[in-house]
Amino acid sequence: MITTVDLPQVGESVTEGVIGKWLVSPGQWVDRYDPIVEVVTDKVSMEIPSPFAGVFIKALVEEGEVVPMGSPICEIEDQNAITQDDEKTPPSKFEFMDSVRSVGPTGSGEGGEGRRDALQESMQPEHQLPHMYQEVASAQDRKKVISPLVAKIAMQNNIDVANLIGSGIGGRVTKKDIEDYISEKEIALGLPNQNEQPETSKIHISAIRRSIADHMSRSASEIPSAWSMVELDVTGLVELRSKLKGQFESENEVPLTFMPFWIQLVCSALKSNPRLNGRWDKDEIVINKRVNLGIAISTDEGLIVPVIHNADDLNIREIAMELNRLIKSAKSGSLALSDVQGGTFTLNNTGALGSIASVPIINHPQSAILTTEAIVKRPVVLTGDVIGVRSIMNMCISFDHRVCDGAEASAFLDEIKSLVENISELTIKI
Amino acid sequence: MATITLIEAVREAMLEEMRRDSSVFVMGEDVGKRGGVFLATKGFIEEFGSARVLDTPLAEASIAGIAVGSAMHGLRPIAEIQFADFIWPTINQLVGEAARVRYGTKGKLNVPMVVRSPYGGHVRGGLYHSQSVESFFAHTPGLKVVIPATPYDAKGLLKSAIRDDDPVIVLEHKRTYRSVRGEVPDEDYVIPIGSADVKLEGEHATIVTYGLTLHYSLQAAEILAKDGIKIEIIDLRTVRPIDIETIITSVQKTNRVLIVQEDNAAVSVGSEVSALISEHSFESLDAPIMRCTGPEIPAMPFAPTLESVYMPTSEKIETKLRELLSY
Repeated sequence: MITTVDLPQVGESVTEGVIGKWLVSPGQWVDRYDPIVEVVTDKVSMEIPSPFAGVFIKALVEEGEVVPMGSPICEIEDQNAITQDDEKTPPSKFEFMDSVRSVGPTGSGEGGEGRRDALQESMQPEHQLPHMYQEVASAQDRKKVISPLVAKIAMQNNIDVANLIGSGIGGRVTKKDIEDYISEKEIALGLPNQNEQPETSKIHISAIRRSIADHMSRSASEIPSAWSMVELDVTGLVELRSKLKGQFESENEVPLTFMPFWIQLVCSALKSNPRLNGRWDKDEIVINKRVNLGIAISTDEGLIVPVIHNADDLNIREIAMELNRLIKSAKSGSLALSDVQGGTFTLNNTGALGSIASVPIINHPQSAILTTEAIVKRPVVLTGDVIGVRSIMNMCISFDHRVCDGAEASAFLDEIKSLVENISELTIKI
Repeated sequence: MATITLIEAVREAMLEEMRRDSSVFVMGEDVGKRGGVFLATKGFIEEFGSARVLDTPLAEASIAGIAVGSAMHGLRPIAEIQFADFIWPTINQLVGEAARVRYGTKGKLNVPMVVRSPYGGHVRGGLYHSQSVESFFAHTPGLKVVIPATPYDAKGLLKSAIRDDDPVIVLEHKRTYRSVRGEVPDEDYVIPIGSADVKLEGEHATIVTYGLTLHYSLQAAEILAKDGIKIEIIDLRTVRPIDIETIITSVQKTNRVLIVQEDNAAVSVGSEVSALISEHSFESLDAPIMRCTGPEIPAMPFAPTLESVYMPTSEKIETKLRELLSY
């Protein structure tokens, strides 16, 4: 019996998914729990398992299509419901051994099929029976012979076949001739021609690319965002990290990057500037009490933003461990849906790519996104008009101007600046 | 998944069905102690005894008649006609009776019987061990006619035939018995009667064929493939009823059709296929439907040279395909 398979509900608050790659093809046998299709929701890609064993009949939705949860996506012929009249095993391979002869009751049948030269002779044209169409072919002009198919194409495209040059027998116009004629006419009319070498090439849009595009468009069209940047002296942070790094990494077996420090400082600054950890919701501004910090990670497939949940509760070690896990999962495409849900604020380390300033697009529906830019050594004027070499970093913020104004955004940046420029082992939770 | 010959697939199908259903029995000339002239029933009499494996006299009319009668009373006979060339005495029992029982009794009686018979030439069998007989039965409403060309199809179709509640004629090309080997699943499976199979996917022309000429057609397609010509090959597998949907789907793609059969052309399976295509898909055709068949002579000749002239070989199919493609 052919059963329709619905897109299962995957994770709360998810209403639709983008169909990614189909992993099975029609006629293929699938076991229960075998992955049948990739589905991308909220930037995570997951494989949907087959609910039962059977023969995959067909996909009902195409790759790239957006499908609401619970709607039918494919048909599978249920193994247990297969009746004895149905074929349940895919066709198998076979070979024909031309030289093998079956033997009749008297032993006749062994041996060859006769003299090869006689066979060749029999293949000469004079040995073949005459055919009607061969006689037809010998006629001088076959241009007026129009096949049913060519007649139909000519009628649909309003073409007089008499104007065409035929490549078929006796000059007959074939399907290819009339199709070539139609495409030439399209060139003459300036219509796009498939035979011409195109000046552009096309890249197939993957499900994850489409998801990113939708998110970005929605953010850009809905959120009136404003932008600001501050310059930070991070010499203290650089020194602190160098000091802690060796022991930390040998104890915890995860790298100690600047990110855990930034995450902790951002969480702290968000506590004093709660609107930036909120979102615009038509008639009110919703403030999130916990900080679930989204971290932008670049993968081969595209940008993914996994979330460190309750980041405001974590110490540097816990943040580093969780960050390491999320990055590994993101790179290997094994993030769980819960890993990418529930973000309240996003941090993007654009400095990793060498950037010194950027204008990030807010991760809708959050109210702000912050970037940490490249740390560079610069000569700066210090207290007492002395010039010294310091590690300097820019930090940029895009924020939803409906949710707050520049004053609060600046206060937020100022607080981070103050925290980082006075950082020590005593001011952070290691 | 075991790799076996076509005759082994035939034997396995009968063996498994006789073990599964005690109402199934075999009868025919030399099917018992000899195990059949092609050894299709080898070992059967030892396993099932002489009550279910009946050696009959050389009397085909009686073999068919007994099969019809026992089937009407609830048994499921598999009657073997040793060579299709000897099937003519059964015509009255099969065409005149078996095909009409369900119809003539308003469905009160039915005839769940199978007639198995090796047919076809290119084995130096001469006038009495080489004929193609399918058209006579395929013409008859009330009969089903299947012609498998691979071990997988042979086993699955023969099982379907045995389980069918109406008479089915199963014709097996004797040249394919040991020359065609193929994979057959270990588990029980059946292939529905009336479904064709696309044995090769292509785009420039469609071959519709069945039986031994499937293999010659595949050889011809391989030769043309070297010139970049892609031939689609449909194995009918059942010649009554014909799977017109599979044929039309292919014709609408390729627009050109070559029918290949060993049987002579006049009033044959190929005639019916051609008529069906014209009826259902006339406007898809970009060339006349062509045929590559045995000639219109009374029987397969014995002389090897003449036998090769008779047969639609891969060389002839290739020539015909090139003619079709140049139209």
